[in-house]
Amino acid sequence: MISAYFIHLLILVGIYAILAVALQLAMGFTGLLNLGHIAFYCVGAYISALLALAGWPFWFCFLSAGIGAMLFGFLLAIPTNKLKGDYLALATLGFSFVIYAVALNWTGLTRGPLGLPGIPKPSLFGFVFSNNLSFLILTFIIALTSYFIIKQIASSPFGKVLEAIRDNELAVRVLGKNTFKMKSYALGISAFFAGIAGSLYAHYITFIDPSSFTLLQLIPVIAIVIIGGLASLRGTVIAAVVLVLLPEPLRFIGFPSSIVGPARQMIYALLLILILIYKPKGFYGKIELE
Amino acid sequence: MLKIEDLNKFFGGIKAVDGCSFEIKEKTITALIGPNGSGKTTIFNLISGILRPDSGKIMLGGKDITDKSIEDISNLGISRLFQQTRLFNNLTVRENLLLALDNEDTKFWSVFVLRASADKKNKFEKKIQEMLELVGLEEFADKLARDLSYGQKRLIELSRAILNPHNFLMLDEPVSGVAPRLREKIKEILIGLKEKGETILLIEHDMNFAFKISDDVIVLEKGRVIAEGKPDEIKNNPRVLEAYLGN
Repeated sequence: MISAYFIHLLILVGIYAILAVALQLAMGFTGLLNLGHIAFYCVGAYISALLALAGWPFWFCFLSAGIGAMLFGFLLAIPTNKLKGDYLALATLGFSFVIYAVALNWTGLTRGPLGLPGIPKPSLFGFVFSNNLSFLILTFIIALTSYFIIKQIASSPFGKVLEAIRDNELAVRVLGKNTFKMKSYALGISAFFAGIAGSLYAHYITFIDPSSFTLLQLIPVIAIVIIGGLASLRGTVIAAVVLVLLPEPLRFIGFPSSIVGPARQMIYALLLILILIYKPKGFYGKIELE
Repeated sequence: MLKIEDLNKFFGGIKAVDGCSFEIKEKTITALIGPNGSGKTTIFNLISGILRPDSGKIMLGGKDITDKSIEDISNLGISRLFQQTRLFNNLTVRENLLLALDNEDTKFWSVFVLRASADKKNKFEKKIQEMLELVGLEEFADKLARDLSYGQKRLIELSRAILNPHNFLMLDEPVSGVAPRLREKIKEILIGLKEKGETILLIEHDMNFAFKISDDVIVLEKGRVIAEGKPDEIKNNPRVLEAYLGN
């Protein structure tokens, strides 16, 4: 029983790690304070769920989730190109509310608050990932692949341009580089990985509704990115493990579930405040923002 | 090389640039001087595309660049040093300079190509090494830009502007806030560039520096060109003395 519960937690760690590493590319490396990240997760989850319910194979749903979310990433890059810092944060926050509102109100497609039940468990080459252990292995492989792809991007010359944009965008433009294109790529790729994380989530829980994609769900992801340290992928993974597991002992103390939920949010908030006071760069962060 | 025709720029009711026209000759150093608020940096921003003029024309080597984007103007051959430091603080000195050398790094597929050709890498490495030796900072190549002193930052930024492929170099106060010894060094570097055939336009508040280094001087006041000529002519121009000292 304990081990089944632990496997469940590790799957969540994997999904959060993908989400956070993806957000790290936009936020830590490119300096885009994107609060619309949860919307890409939402788009990915819904695309994958709807296609799976229509009978498409898992690999197709999974890739479509990534590509669909990526298109939304490119789309979001257009109106937000000239925004920076707080303004960008507000505009992208608006975007996540729009996506949430669409998921809630386009009942013909998403069934609104009723959600989409009965999403099939993934199957590949005839093998169905029906038990949690096999799903954990799948999640682990996808998380690891995502990590290495993003690491490869970040450490390439392309990634250095992204970091230069974070440090001083005008200087990059004056060197003759098209920063709009670069930022679109960063948002698009970041959205792609958020989208596939959404797909994994949908096929794991087998039920999604709009309440899984609110600002409240974004807070742990942002906390992971900041506590792990901006532009540190290793820190992000460690923080994902710590932050997903940390509130779990609360369950065993015997508090009613009406307290456990809010307590979890309080722990994240408290941890964020402590980190910002005592270790503002996070555990492994090296960069200094102006 | 660079020609400006009847350039105008308003900020609300203020005329920052008021009917400016001048021409920069090839293979010269030209100094743009004038009291604070006379529109020097605004003209730089208009030339590099950061601001759009309300009217007028900017020509680079016979080509109209007035409405081009910042990136396009840079790629047409204008390199610029800003008045404030704009280094990439969390990157190393080497990475800062590497970014200036070409724009292949903005291509996404470059992420998955295992390695740039050794040839190109060596060439770039050599260029950076030479540049760092020229400014005397070769042992700082792998330091983070944010850990440098102000004067060192200035030199690295100047190096970045010089390494960025160009045929016209614009420098906004290259020696302001820089120690006297470093000023001499920057002067030597700039004169060396001119001798290699480069064209340079610079903004400078230090009159001595400006007069010593430049072939031509353009004096601005309230957004207008009030005098143009050789340093010696400008030094004794009554109009210029009035603008600087009042009467």
